[in-house]
This record gives sequence, C-alpha cells and structure tokens, in this order.
Amino acid sequence: MAALLESVLSRKVDINKVVGWLKNVEESDCEPEVTVQKHEFVPFLLNFLREQSSQALTHGPATPAKTPSRPRPTAQSQGGFSDKVACRSAGSSSRVQLFSPASSLSPGNESDAAGQSGLSGVSAFSSPSLSTAWSPASRPPGSDRRHSQKMCLGDYMVSPPDVSHKGRKKSGGSSAAGGQVRHGGGRGGSNAEETGRWETGGKRSVRGYSRIGEQVSPPNLGQLNFHNLEEFPPVGSSSSPAMSKPSRRINPTPVSADRPHSKPKTCFTSTPFHKAPGPPSGPETLDGLMTAGSPVSLKEERELLKREKTKRAQLVTSPLPSPLDPCTPTKTGIKTGSKITPDTQTTSPELSKVTFLSELELLVELYSTCISENLVPNVFLELFFVMQLLTSRSPHTHSDEEQGSLCALSSDVLERCYLRQVHNCVFFAVKVLENQFQLVAHLDKCTLRLLAENERVGSFSPGLRDRLTQAQDRSTAKLSPSVTTFIHSVPFQPATDNRSNFGSDKGFHTFKKQRDIFYELLREWEDLHKEPGWSFDAVLGGRIRGIMNQLTLAGIHSHFARLFLKQLVQMCKGPRVNSSAVDTADADLLGMLGADSLGRLKRLEERLVQPHGVVGPCPPPSFPGHQEFFRDFIQAASCCQLNQHLQDSLCQQLLQLDEVSILSPPASIGDGGEEEEDGDMEQQDEKQRFSSVLLLARLLAKFLGFISFFPYQTSERPSREIHETSLALRSKRAQVLDVCAVLSNSMKRRRTILTVPWLVEFLSMLDFIGPLLLCYRTALGTLLLLYRRLQLNRCEEMCYLNKLLLVSVLGWLFQIPVIPEDIFFTSEFSVVVKEEEDASSAGLDLIPLVDQQLLYTCCPFLDEFRKLLAAFVSGSTARGGGIIRKITPTSAELKDAPAANRSQQKLQVDLEQAFFHNQPPSLRRTVEFVAERVGSNAVKHMKATLVQELVGRLQSIPQHLLSSVHQLLY
Amino acid sequence: MRLSRAEYKEIVRWTGQLRPTRQCMKMLKDKFPNHSQSTLLSIFSLEYQKRTKRTISRHHAPDVIEIYYQRYLTEAKAHPTAPVLLELANEVDLSPALMARIILDRFLQDMDGGMPSKSVISSMLKEPSLIPDQILAKNVYQCTINDCCYGPLVDCIKHVIGQEHEILLCDKLKEKNLSFLDENQLRTMGYDKTPDIILEVPVAVEGHIIHWIESKASFGDDHSHRTYLKEQFWSYWNRFGPGLVIYWYGFIGELDCQRDRGILLKDCFPTDIVTLCHTTQKERSEEGRKEDKK
Repeated sequence: MAALLESVLSRKVDINKVVGWLKNVEESDCEPEVTVQKHEFVPFLLNFLREQSSQALTHGPATPAKTPSRPRPTAQSQGGFSDKVACRSAGSSSRVQLFSPASSLSPGNESDAAGQSGLSGVSAFSSPSLSTAWSPASRPPGSDRRHSQKMCLGDYMVSPPDVSHKGRKKSGGSSAAGGQVRHGGGRGGSNAEETGRWETGGKRSVRGYSRIGEQVSPPNLGQLNFHNLEEFPPVGSSSSPAMSKPSRRINPTPVSADRPHSKPKTCFTSTPFHKAPGPPSGPETLDGLMTAGSPVSLKEERELLKREKTKRAQLVTSPLPSPLDPCTPTKTGIKTGSKITPDTQTTSPELSKVTFLSELELLVELYSTCISENLVPNVFLELFFVMQLLTSRSPHTHSDEEQGSLCALSSDVLERCYLRQVHNCVFFAVKVLENQFQLVAHLDKCTLRLLAENERVGSFSPGLRDRLTQAQDRSTAKLSPSVTTFIHSVPFQPATDNRSNFGSDKGFHTFKKQRDIFYELLREWEDLHKEPGWSFDAVLGGRIRGIMNQLTLAGIHSHFARLFLKQLVQMCKGPRVNSSAVDTADADLLGMLGADSLGRLKRLEERLVQPHGVVGPCPPPSFPGHQEFFRDFIQAASCCQLNQHLQDSLCQQLLQLDEVSILSPPASIGDGGEEEEDGDMEQQDEKQRFSSVLLLARLLAKFLGFISFFPYQTSERPSREIHETSLALRSKRAQVLDVCAVLSNSMKRRRTILTVPWLVEFLSMLDFIGPLLLCYRTALGTLLLLYRRLQLNRCEEMCYLNKLLLVSVLGWLFQIPVIPEDIFFTSEFSVVVKEEEDASSAGLDLIPLVDQQLLYTCCPFLDEFRKLLAAFVSGSTARGGGIIRKITPTSAELKDAPAANRSQQKLQVDLEQAFFHNQPPSLRRTVEFVAERVGSNAVKHMKATLVQELVGRLQSIPQHLLSSVHQLLY
Repeated sequence: MRLSRAEYKEIVRWTGQLRPTRQCMKMLKDKFPNHSQSTLLSIFSLEYQKRTKRTISRHHAPDVIEIYYQRYLTEAKAHPTAPVLLELANEVDLSPALMARIILDRFLQDMDGGMPSKSVISSMLKEPSLIPDQILAKNVYQCTINDCCYGPLVDCIKHVIGQEHEILLCDKLKEKNLSFLDENQLRTMGYDKTPDIILEVPVAVEGHIIHWIESKASFGDDHSHRTYLKEQFWSYWNRFGPGLVIYWYGFIGELDCQRDRGILLKDCFPTDIVTLCHTTQKERSEEGRKEDKK
C-alpha cells in the first residue's frame, strides 16, 4: 500500500493507471507490482492524509499536554529501522519531560483518553476518525495493556514486504507494542476480522456517547483536538483554556521534527511520515518495493535534497523561500501577505507558498477518486475533513517554516510533510472541493454562502468561488425547525375506543384511567425534564410501572400500545420537534409573525441559546426531542407484554409503509433528475407523501430496533467468551424483522430509496453482538455493496439527490460505534442483488423524490458543515472576543395589516388541521379525493366550454393578424 | 367575572365569619357592591363548604350528637313554635341543613331502634311532611329553607342553575351556527369521558383552537379548579385536544395560565370566535384592493 502511494508520488507509476485501477472493479491487476487490494490501499491513503494534516489540524494554542501515556507512534510498519526508532523515542521522551509540567489539559484526562484507546471520540467526532483498524501498522503504547485482546484488522493488513520487516522492528527499542500486536499476524484475514470486530472500538462507543454530552466544555474539545474549537468557544462558555494559557512557541529541534503534536485520535499506527534528516536514517526504498533498509549515507541524502529542490523550482512558478535555507525565516512572506493579523498564531494561507504542488495534485486526484468511487466509508466524513483542512489554522512561527523546509528535504516521498503548512492544506482542500463540486453544490444555501465567502476559497480558486455563488441560487435546503404549537393528544375514536372494544367493563375503565395517567406523565416530563438533576426513572418510573401493573391486571396492553405508538407518531413524526417549553413563552408574539418568520426566529433563538458545538458529521444515534420520553418510558416500563405488542404493531406498520405506492410523474424523468424542477402539483403531492412516509418509517424503525435490541444492550463491548455463547444462542432465534429479505426485495424492485433509510435507522440500534449475527452481517454487507455502487457522479437512472440521501445515511451507519469497522474494508461481500430489469412498474429509485429539505431532515448532521465554516468566520474576525454572528434582525410588524392577515391565515390552517385531527383518517382522504375530483372536473368543464370558445374566436381572427402577433411574440 | 387573586383573597377573608343565612348574604353584598351577587354567593358557598369539611367531624361525634339531640328535645318542648333547631345550628356554627340531618337521623334511631337508611333521610329532608313528628318536621323545614349552602333546596337550585347554563350555552352555540354534540349524545356513543359540549368543527377563541366546552355554574377558585383539572379538563384534553371552560360566576384570573397548553378559561360565552371558513381569500383580496388604492 505504502509502496503504491510512494511510487505514485515519485512518479514511478502513472497516476492515471492508479486512478483507473481505483475506478475499475474488474482489473485489479493492471499494476504489475501491485499486490495490494483496494480495500487496503484506501484506508492507507486516508490515514496517510490524516497523519499528514495532524499538525495543521491540532495546532491550536501550544498546550503540549504530552504525558507518557499519550499515544505516540512508535512501531512502524513500513520503515521502522531500529536506529530511527531509537532516535525518535529519545527525542520524544525528552519532550515529554520538557513540557509535561506545563500541560494545561489535565494529564488524567489525557491518559484516560489514550487508555480508552486512541479511538475515543472518534465515533462522535468528525473527520480524523479513521480508526486504527484500517491503518496498516501497529498500536500506540498507550493501549498496550489491551493488546492481547484488542486487535484489529489493520494489524493484520500486511503487505508481503511488510512482514519481512517484523524482526527488525522488534529490535527497535520502543516498538514492543508493534511486536505484540503482530504475534498473530501470520494467521491472516479471517482471524483478523473476527478479532477486529470483536475487540476494537468497544470502549469507543461508550466514550463516543459521553462525548456528546461533554462537548460543550472546552477542555474536552481541546482534548479531542477538534479543529480549533478552543479558539471558538461555544456560546456560554466564558473562558477557554486557549485564552487562559499563554500561548507557547515550540521550537522543535530537527530531531523531534516528527509529529510534535501527535493526536490521540488519528491512527498512530501509521508510520510517522517525516523523519529527521540528521542521524543516519534509512530512507526507504524509492523504487516502490520495500527493499531492506540499507542505510543511505548523508551524502546520498543531500543528493536527494538537491534533486528535490530543482524539481520544486521547476514546478512552482511563484517565488518560494528557498527550501535549502532552513535557517532563514522567511519573514517577507508574512509581510507581503494580504492580511496581516496582529495575531501571530494564524497565518493567512497564500497560494504562492504552497509546496509540493505536483505531489499535492496527485494526492488530490487519488483522494477525489476514492471519494467519487465511494471507496471511502463515509463521503461526508471526508468532505468534512476537507473543510477542516480548509479552515485549519496553523501556528506561524519561524521554526515552522524551518521545519517545513527541513521536512521538505526528506528523501522519502512518504515522509515529506505535504500537509503540514496551512498553505498546502488549503490548496489541497480547495482542489478537492473543486473536484467534488457537484457534491458540494448540493449542500444547503447557508453553507454554500459561507464557502463562497470564505476568503481562502476566494484567493485560491476564484473560479470555485464563482461556481459556489451560482450554486447558491439553486440550493433550496434550509434547516427549519418545524413549528409545533403544542402537543396534540391522540383523539378518542368511538369506533376503536368505546366500551364495545374492550372485553370487560373493568378493562374499559382501567384504560380510561391509564390514558389519563400517561398524559399526566407526558406533561410532567415536558415541564421538568430539562431541570438539572431530574431523573426520569426516579420521578416517573414508579408511576409508569403502576400503569403497567394495571394494564396487566386488566389484560389491555394492546390498547395501550396503540395509544403509545399513536402519540409517538403524533409528536415525533415531524422533522424536528422542539420542546414546547420555550415557545409557549412568547407564543402570542411569535404567532403574529406568521409561520415563516416564526421559523426564522426559532432558528435565531436556537443559535443564541444553544452552544455552538461542532459535533462532526457522524453523531451517534440519538432520540431527539420527545422521542426521548418514549424511549425512557419503554425503558422504565420494562414490560414484556407492552414491548411485544409494540413490536408487533411497529413491524406491521413498517412493512405496510414499505409497500406504499408512490406514483411516478407521467413523463420527463429524463436528464437523470439533475436539474429538478418543482414539478406540477401532483408530483409535488407525491413527493410530499413520500417524504412523510419515509420520515414515519424511519421513526418507527428506530423504535422497533430499539425495542428489539434493548434486551441485548450492554454498555461495554462484551468479552470474547460471552460473545461466542450469545452469538450461538441468538443465531437460532427468528429475528423480529427479516432484514435481508426486506432489503433484497427492495433492491430487486428498486425501492431502496424508501427501504434503505429506514433499515439504516433500524440497524443503527443494534447491540454489539447484533452485527455479527449472520442475518445482520449479510444485510450490512449488502448495504455496503449498495453504497459502493452508488457513485454520485455517475450519470445513471437514479437521480442525484436520491443517491445522495442513500450515500449519506449509509455512510453514517458505517461510522456508528456498534457497526464493526472491519466490515467496510473487506472483500467478503460480493453477491449483488440483481434488479429486476423488467419490473412492470418503475421502481421508486428512479423517481426524483428526494429534495434537499428531505435530505437535511434525514441527515441533520449535514448542518455540521455550516457550523464549521461559521465557526471559522467568527473565529477569524473576532478572535478571543467570543463569537460574533451575522444576524439580520427582523422587526416584528405588530399592527401591520398584512401581519394580522397572515396570522388569520395561519389560524385557518390550524383550524383545518385541528378538524381533521379529531376525525378518522378516512374522512381526510375522502375530502381530499372529492376536492381533487371537483377541481379536475371544473378544469375539464372550462376547457370544454370557455377555452373552446376562446380558441374558436382566436381561429376566426384573420391570418395576417395572427402572423403579426407571431412576429411580436418570437 | 374575572377576579385577581388579591380581590379574591379579600372576599374570602371577609366571608370567614359569616353564617350561611340570608342576612349574612346581604351583608356580603353590601360590602362588595362591585361584584355580582352570584359570584359572591358562589365564593361564599365554596368557602363555607371548605369550612364545614374542616369542622364536620366535631359535630359528628356520638356524644356531641347526643347533646344536640337532648337540647333540641328540651327546647322544642319548652317552645313548640320557636325555630329552635335553626337557632341551635347557628349557635354551634353548623349548617342548619346538616344539623337537621343529624337530629333527624338521631330521631329515627330512637323510633325504629335501627340505623335509618340514607335514602329515607334524604326523602324526609326533601319532604318534611313525611316526618312522623310534626314539630320536628317544622323545624327541619325551617332549617332547609334558611340554609343557602346545604340541603335539598340548595342542591336543587344548583342543579337547575347548572342545567340552565348548559342550555344557555347550547343556545349561544346554535345562535352562532356552530355544530356540536352534547353530553347525552356522547354518552350514547360510548365516550368514556364527556364534556358538556364537543364541537364537531373546532373554532378558535381569542386565537386558541378549542374542541370542547365545559360549563361550570360556579366560581373557579384554586381548589375546585385543581380538582376539575385533574378529574375532567385534562381528561378531555387527553381525548379531544384543547378546549374551553366557562366559569359563569367568574374565576381567579391567575388560573387561566394553561392557554398554550390547551385549557382556556372564560367567565362568559366568548365573543371573539373564528370559525373555519374561507373568508380569508376574500379578505385578502379586499386588503389587496385597499393597498392598491394607497
């Protein structure tokens, strides 16, 4: 893998060939010397980029919290020469001594994070989340103690030459970890998979969840090394460590040039990519093959440097600071910079300072290909990483320049720091964005505006900026929290709820009481659940179990289950349900503004009230808003009868929804749905219907998954013994939902656009062992193949946004904690479900059903792009002074006639909804049908009479008049 | 009439010493001339009931009953024409009607030896001529007609007032051309909880949508409102959504705090009613024309 990348970068192999190889599934052997698989190369490339950029992304203020337990790369897979290792470990240990007393982050936390494995927070957090499992090398020492158990696929992913290095590596003093990990390396793939998926990331998920809760407080953010969040404290947090600590300049010595800011989050298992030029270190094989490390003399190295210099001189047109002049800080560069900020910590990137231009372009090409071909596990995660690079801020110091140049001297193409300098990062990011423009253009308007207004984009690629500006007009997506006035109850329907529906008077009267208690609990929860220290089970648990007892005595669980589900759907079906606690306050005032401005005000309020936390594009599954009540209710009730009834009902409803027929528009699907028109009314209605079915199915599926896997949930990943027994136990049991059948049926009939999003919700609730069960593993594999097939830029029948939704939800699923990470990079799955070519009715997949609104509703994490960019903007304009947001004030037109009129209209709409709400659903359908027929007949009638007459009259107009009219018109 | 909590407290404080007699009612009315008689009476009645609940056990002790009964017997013998029972009730600060019930109960025990049934006592209170002892009958009669808080007469009046207001409400709804189902219709349809009125098509009152109306011919104070909420109003909300409660004799204004939650309080039939109709289209075009003229 490394060899391949190396040979590409050193132009031993034509980039086109590699790209072709990546694109083409069939000819994997077009590279004669390449024996690597794509599923090995891709994670290597991704990790390589993470490694490369780790400094640019972690920079922050210099708070080197290096504790001995902090993960550091020690063992190396590709080039671990003993002397090099020794030298490095010496260097790092000295740094530890130097800085550890000044550490601002608490060492406890730090070591904890490391101990929990470098993966902690990964699931919750953003782009550098490629876990160790994919990386080609070994483990940080911080996680040594678990090595006997914690092994992962990556540890076994050894390319043949790599194996031969083993012995040497072991000899390297600090590489014990590597040795340990490798002990089973020879056993190969299958074992690796098992151990990998059993053991990796166990803690990760737990941490991931807790992270979400913690993320508001800056220290944790810092610890996570999340891009710049220390500099962008969330609203409400007054002081951040960044401000309280004096920033510290690091003058790294050449010896310690490698990764002074190692990150716990990225994969430490990869090779550190730059090494000190000083001591005789072995530059690895440049010929792409891993020849044994014959130490190259300094002389040879100088030769290499010279070559490199001339190469760069040719490539880079703009004047560059001489790379061979490391001791001269190039201050001129700063002064000529377009923006000189008083803050010495940030550098404004300049195109002229980009180094390794051609190599970067090669990387861009490789990386973009991986993204376009869906070879990466989550397209949006990569996009987020790119945006992070775009908004990276690296401390600008002399030594940095120095370092950069020094590292530029490196003879090993893989060890050069391509992405150390902010200039390079931004260049890389902008290039990738250019490459992935179509994908970017489908983001929401606000993100596009922020991107277009980003000065870095403007200065690096004015063309991209212009395209982004244009794309804004087409973008329709906006995240508007739905305006829910207040909760509705489930209406009492005599047909289903009166005495005749109950077996006994007792049942009838018991249910009457339990219904009232249920709502009492709901109201109490609404009022109080946000109070600090409020505990669901302590306050409501007793009463909930009381309800359950009463239900059991009367045997009326099914009635209650129906009420429960109806209420769930009622309250949680909408895109995003805000707790009404806030909106009641000024509801009268807000009501006057009409729904539109009300939504805007809500968003404004949200922005001001909620901390501005960037969570990253892969948040773990959650139960937002009122869903939390229902989840906690089920948990507190712990009533098997209720759960059974709920499951029955959920399953039935889901499968019904899955079968729902959506009419395709009569014609003009044409052009791949690229430019989607709003379509006529009917098509709009169908779209509307589809989105409501989809959202409902997703909600139900999530709860079905929750209830089904609830009995198996464990907070910790179970040990291997427990694993095997429970796997054996559970494999015999029929599953609540035959996911494989549902999925393959849906693929055959091309209805994945409906089925996959809800299946993803269902599967996201899996417990740790669930994914190992054959049925779910097969389903995951099928989903993976589907994901790979959905290349966004291929012009296929399926329209872009449909694909984008699927890619987005699937990418999210692959990143959540319980889904084993090995699943993505295997070649285990190959059976592709064939679509029925002669499907009598065109499948849903081919209809442009998804719009941006729906995409953003289903994937709220897409909003993270906007947050990231907004944080960058606010950070760059007002550093340290909190976040300044651009808010256009709206004035409340209190006594204005139109406003009053608008509220009247709103009231009418509400009244209509309220009317239908308390009626059986059939009434609404009937009314809609009648209205539609009447309208249609009226149009027909008018066509036949009025229009006919007009046409007749028109025809009687003399021909010459007509022609003159024609001339006028055309 | 919507009272602020302070006003209400003032009235309550003043009713503390009053007895449930006509004279006292007149005093109350004179003291608060700005408030309607029904409101004052309703507040007093509620307060008096609370007071009675607190003290009734004192009068129900067997030895106390015995003392009352013996006093009645001796005084009735001495002054056969005097309203001795009524005076006794006022003297010991017990509702006359309740005093009559206690004495009658004791009297019947003496006569039959056993425990008289409740229905017999009730019917005798309603119809004193059924009481075998003429003097007692007269005394019981005096007690029930002079009590404005307890007794069959008051129950009857209350019931009639309740009915009257329900009919009034129905009339108003018909007048407004609103379609509704009343309690009896709902009961036959098998509803488990039945408000007085369910609107078949919801309307908006003061901007709040309502599905049902409950009529209460009393004053809405904290205690009664809390009880009603728990036993009736929330139950209605749980089944039919938001609704309107009319306390015809007023309520404590501060209690009307659940509007956004879906319980609206009024002291009269609302005037600001918006119905579901298609006038908006017309209004809009009219407004458009107005704007054009500008």
